[in-house]
Amino acid sequence: MGFSKSPRESSSVKNPAGHVEPQAQRTLSSMRQGRRTTFFMRHLFQKGFFGIFRMAAVINGAALLVVVGFLLYNGVGAITWTFLSQAPMDSMTRGGIFPCIIGTFLLSFGAMFIAFPWGVASAIYLHEYAGPGRTVRIIRLGINNLAGVPSVVFGLFGLAFFVTWMGMGVSVLAGALTLGALILPVIIGTSEEALRSVPSTYREASLALGATKWQTISRVVLPAAFPGMLTGSILGISRAAGETAAIMFTAAVFFTPHMPSSILDPVMALPYHIYVLATAGTDIEKTRPLQYGTALVLIALVLGMNLIAILYRARLQKKH
Amino acid sequence: MIQKRHTREKVIRLFFFLAASISILVLTLISLFLFSEGLPIFSEVSVSGFLFGTEWYPTAYPPDFGIFPLLAASLAVTVLSALISIPLGVMTALYLAEIASSRFRQIVKPIVELLAALPSVVIGFFGMVIVAPFLQDAFNLPTGLNLFNASLMLAFMSVPTICSISEDAIFSVPRELKEASLALGATHWETIARVIFPASLSGISTAVILGMSRAIGETMVVLMVAGGAALVPGSIFDPVRPMPSSIAAEMAEAPFRGDHYHALFAIGMVLFLFTLAFNLIADHMAQKHKQVGAATL
Repeated sequence: MGFSKSPRESSSVKNPAGHVEPQAQRTLSSMRQGRRTTFFMRHLFQKGFFGIFRMAAVINGAALLVVVGFLLYNGVGAITWTFLSQAPMDSMTRGGIFPCIIGTFLLSFGAMFIAFPWGVASAIYLHEYAGPGRTVRIIRLGINNLAGVPSVVFGLFGLAFFVTWMGMGVSVLAGALTLGALILPVIIGTSEEALRSVPSTYREASLALGATKWQTISRVVLPAAFPGMLTGSILGISRAAGETAAIMFTAAVFFTPHMPSSILDPVMALPYHIYVLATAGTDIEKTRPLQYGTALVLIALVLGMNLIAILYRARLQKKH
Repeated sequence: MIQKRHTREKVIRLFFFLAASISILVLTLISLFLFSEGLPIFSEVSVSGFLFGTEWYPTAYPPDFGIFPLLAASLAVTVLSALISIPLGVMTALYLAEIASSRFRQIVKPIVELLAALPSVVIGFFGMVIVAPFLQDAFNLPTGLNLFNASLMLAFMSVPTICSISEDAIFSVPRELKEASLALGATHWETIARVIFPASLSGISTAVILGMSRAIGETMVVLMVAGGAALVPGSIFDPVRPMPSSIAAEMAEAPFRGDHYHALFAIGMVLFLFTLAFNLIADHMAQKHKQVGAATL
C-alpha cells in the first residue's frame, strides 16, 4: 500500500489491491449480481423442464395403472369358478368363458411352436453365420417390415392364404399359422439378443479346441443362450394371446357349442369374445360384468407372462 | 475327413440361411395374396375413383367404393395421436435415460414395457366404457366414440414404441459430448436440450415414424372407439371410420370374392403400402444417420 492516497479512492476501495475505479467496481458488482440471476434462472429453467419431463413419465405409468386398476375394480366380482370353468349360456348372457380360455391357449401356444424354430434359426444365421453385407441387410429389412405389418393385414393374408388357398377353413391351424407369422419378428429379435449376450470367449474357446462352427453353436452357444430365448418365446405367446384382428377372419368364431376336437375346428378366443360381447352381444349393458371379467382374465394372462419375462430377463442379465 | 466336415458345415450354413429367409418369404406371400385379392376391384372402379371417391357405400345398389373418407380418417387419427404421443414419448425417454434416478427408472421402465403389452382390444374396451361417456359429458357431444377418443387411445399404444426406441438413441450419444458440454459450464438441462437431443434426433425421428406406423395400422382400438361413420371428419369430435376398422367390421358380411370383398383387400393393400413406406423411411433414416462415435456429428 501507500502509492495511492486519494481520499475519493480510498473511501470506495475495500480490497487491498485498491486499483479499481468506482465506476468499474459498480459494473463488476452488477455483473456479479447479473451472473447470479442468470445462474438462478438457468437452474430454475432446468427445474421446470425436468418437472414437465417427470410428469410425462408419470402419465405413462399412470395410464397402465388406471387401465389395470379399473378392470380389477370392475372385473374381480365376475371371476368365479363357474365363470372360468363353464361355457357361455343363454346366447352368451350368462355362464363362463372356459372355451375362450382353451381357444386362446391353443392359438398362442400353437403360434409359438410354429414360429419358435424359424425365429431361432433366423437369429442364428444373422448373429452367428452372416457377416455384414447386402444379404443380411435385405433380411433385416424384411424382418423390420414384417414387424410393421398391421395385424388386420395379417388377418387378410391368413384369410386369403391359409383359410382359402390352402383350404384349411376357419380353424385353429389357420389362426396359429397367421399368428406365427405375426410373432416371428418378436422371436427373432429376442433370440438375437440372447445370442448377443453369450460372451465371445465361449465361442473362441470352443473353436480353439478344434470344434467346428456348428459344434460350437449347438453345444456351447445355444445352451448358453437358451434361457434368453425362452424369454422371447414367452413374449411371443403373450403377444399372440392378445391379438384380435389377425384371428377374426382366420380362427375365431362368435360362438361354438362344442370344444375343438381337431386343429381344423374353429374356436372361441378371449380377445374376440370381449370384442363381440362389447359391440355386438345380445344385451350389451346386461353382459358388462362378463365383459369386465373376460378382459381381466386376458390382461392377467398377458401381463402375467410379460412380468415373468421381464423379471426372468433381469435375473439373467445379473448373471452375465 | 476334413473335407467331409467342411461340406457338412456348408450344408448347415445353407440351411440356416434358408431359415432366415422365411421373413422375406412371408412378406412376399403377404403382398402376393393381398394384391391378387385386392386388384380385381379396379375392374369395377378406377384407381383414382377408389382413392379419392368420397362415397363409401359398399352394400348399396349400385355400390360406391370411394375410400377417401376412410383414408382421411386414418390420417387424421394418426396425426392427432402423434401430436399427443410424440411429446409424451420423447419426454419420457429423455427423463428415463438422462434425468431419472435409477430407482425411479427401475419402477417406470417396466411399466412402460407392460403398457406396450396391453392387448389392443382391452384398450379399445377401456376407451368405450370409460373415456367415451366421460368425453360425452365433458364436451356435451352426441357421442363419445369419435376421432379424439380414438387418437387418445392410439397415443397410449404408440408411446411405448416411441419411448423405447428414442431411449436407445439417447443412450448411444457418446459420453464425451455430454461431458464436454458440462465442462464448458452448461447446466444439465442445457446439455440435454442443445447437445443430447440434437445428437439423438435421427434415432428419435425413427422412433416417431415407427410409432405412427403402429398407430395407422392399429385395428381394434379404432374399430371400437372411433365411432364408425364413413365421413370425412370436420372436427376432432366427429365419429370416423379409419381403414383398418372398415376391413375388420365389414369382412364378415362381404360376400366371398364379391366386389366388396375385393374392395376390402384393396384397402388392406393401401394400408400395407402405407406401413411399408413408413418402415422403409424409418430404416433409411436409421441407416443414413447411424451415430458412429462423436466424429460423425
